[in-house]
Amino acid sequence: MKILKLIIRNSARHKLRSLLTVVGIAIAVLAFCILRTVVTAWYAGVDASAPDRLVTRHAVSFIFPLPYSYKEKIASIDGVETVSFANWFQGVYKDKNNFFARLAIDEETLFTVYPEYLISKEEKEAFLADRRGCIIGSGIAKEYNIKIGDKMPIEGDIYPGNWDFTVRGIYRPRDKTTDATQMFFQWTYLNETMEKNSPLRANSVGWYLVKIKDPARSAEISNKIDNLFANSKAETKSETEGAFQQGFISASGAIITAMNYLSFIIIGIIMLVLGNTMIMTARERTREYAVFRTLGFSAFHVAGLIFGESMIISGFGGALGLLLSFPIIKGIEEGMPKGFFPTFNLEPVTVILAISAALLIGVLASIFPTQRAVKTKIVDGFRFVG
Amino acid sequence: MSNSIISLVNVSKSYKRDSFNVPVLNHLSFDVESGEFLALMGPSGSGKTTLLNLIAGIDRPSSGKIEINGVDIATLSESSLAKWRANNVGFVFQFYNLLPVLTAFENVELPLLLTKLSKADRKQRVEFALSVVGLADRMSHYPKQLSGGQEQRVAIARAIVTDPTIIVADEPTGDLDKNSAVEILTLLERLNKEMKKTIIMVTHDPNAAKIAGITKHLDKGDLV
Ligand SMILES: Nc1ncnc2c1ncn2[C@@H]1O[C@H](COP(=O)(O)OP(=O)(O)OP(=O)(O)O)[C@@H](O)[C@H]1O
Ligand SMILES: [Mg+2]
Repeated sequence: MKILKLIIRNSARHKLRSLLTVVGIAIAVLAFCILRTVVTAWYAGVDASAPDRLVTRHAVSFIFPLPYSYKEKIASIDGVETVSFANWFQGVYKDKNNFFARLAIDEETLFTVYPEYLISKEEKEAFLADRRGCIIGSGIAKEYNIKIGDKMPIEGDIYPGNWDFTVRGIYRPRDKTTDATQMFFQWTYLNETMEKNSPLRANSVGWYLVKIKDPARSAEISNKIDNLFANSKAETKSETEGAFQQGFISASGAIITAMNYLSFIIIGIIMLVLGNTMIMTARERTREYAVFRTLGFSAFHVAGLIFGESMIISGFGGALGLLLSFPIIKGIEEGMPKGFFPTFNLEPVTVILAISAALLIGVLASIFPTQRAVKTKIVDGFRFVG
Repeated sequence: MSNSIISLVNVSKSYKRDSFNVPVLNHLSFDVESGEFLALMGPSGSGKTTLLNLIAGIDRPSSGKIEINGVDIATLSESSLAKWRANNVGFVFQFYNLLPVLTAFENVELPLLLTKLSKADRKQRVEFALSVVGLADRMSHYPKQLSGGQEQRVAIARAIVTDPTIIVADEPTGDLDKNSAVEILTLLERLNKEMKKTIIMVTHDPNAAKIAGITKHLDKGDLV
């Protein structure tokens, strides 16, 4: 088509100007993709949470433990299906930078409460049979090249001492959002060691995980649990896992919120840059547009020329930025300590957002210049001096 | 029976400048016969370009009637007027006004893109128009690869490619050296004589006016 050819040639008319604008848009789209990926990765934890799981923690803060004796009491509440629990163990595996979650868990209930951790029956049995056994996510197995039967020494910090585990199983994530970068070992092992070494810290639990039968009753059951322990030494706070994760996140959430806004602010800025370029371009071509219309082309033909050029520039910029973002986000993921985020991928929704943003940039940037071109009378166009 | 193709009746034009009206053309009435070559002369600012624009339908009179081929063009809507221009008027400007990103061929083809002509028909017409102006061998040249005289000839090819009845030319030789100017004028004369085009040309050059059959003088918006 002739007109498309004309639009393309027009776009290439000021090569340097168009190139700079394209690169500018590409960088903006790239930054947008990276920021959105961080934000998405951050919230993946919340997305991964199940609505039928409650988290019961100490009312003051989740760093304070709860008595193990709460387990039976919670289990007796109507609507509760399974009660599981965990302690944040942390420790250091080989190097301080090897950041992934290490938890002491209730070996009896873990896989009932977390059906999204997939594991074979044999491995599960082997894990239960070995007090010092542990289970790791497939992400960790891959990252540190660990196989079943390998030793996994952890230097304790919250729970001091040298802890030696043997890998008895590797769980696979069921969903994309499932965290495959955790390490679990038997709470019983932790507790037995505490009873021996520091009895005051024995029989305590970091938080309870309560699987309920009906997600619709989560608020009601949360209240019942908390009422049960009201006015005790360790009051509790129960909420759905999603709300818990959200609260966990909001600790560093201000930065994430800022990134969230920033990703859109960047798009806004580049929109103004392209808008400015298009206004400049259209002004310079005022006389040409008058010629077009003199020859019988309509104001909308002229608007189409400007719009088309704007879309071509933003399209090229968007495509370039998107293409770059795949390897760059991959590179960031590889450079990051494993397990810092459960998943760190350029999600389809981010790609769609980036494409929409590029299109939006093109559309909005052409609004002012097309409007001006449509409103300018032919005779004024000829008399216009740039 | 008069054979007039253009008929102006009591045409006035004024422009708004700030809050008051500036009269540019005052109650002009005249006819142009079909096949006539009319030269418009007059001092700068006398309203020549304005008058030409009104006849060519790229501006509208403040009052009065302009009838061309029996059509009162002042009553046409913006889009019908655009169509009317595309079919009836060829334009030649002082500064050629070719599109720099298009070749000579593509510049001439431009007005044909609004028609339903096939690609082959367009090609034939463009080649014919360019051969009329003697530039058949420069079809793939871009404007900046052509001399001023050649550019103006391409512009003339663009003006005749749709086979309009009227050609309007605003100082078509104003930016050219003497030899090129003579070429352009000879070309216009041929279009008038051989192809029977009605031509209205604004010029400052008395030699240019000589080739026209009739010369009208404008002064401060009045015919003198
Ligand atoms: N679109 C417009 N808006 C406002 N004033 C205009 C417009 N077009 C023309 N004028 C005014 O109308 C008067 C006549 O202008 P016009 O261009 O018709 O003169 P001209 O005879 O063609 O002059 P020149 O020989 O310099 O080309 C001038 O005073 C000009 O400033
Ligand atoms: Mg003039």
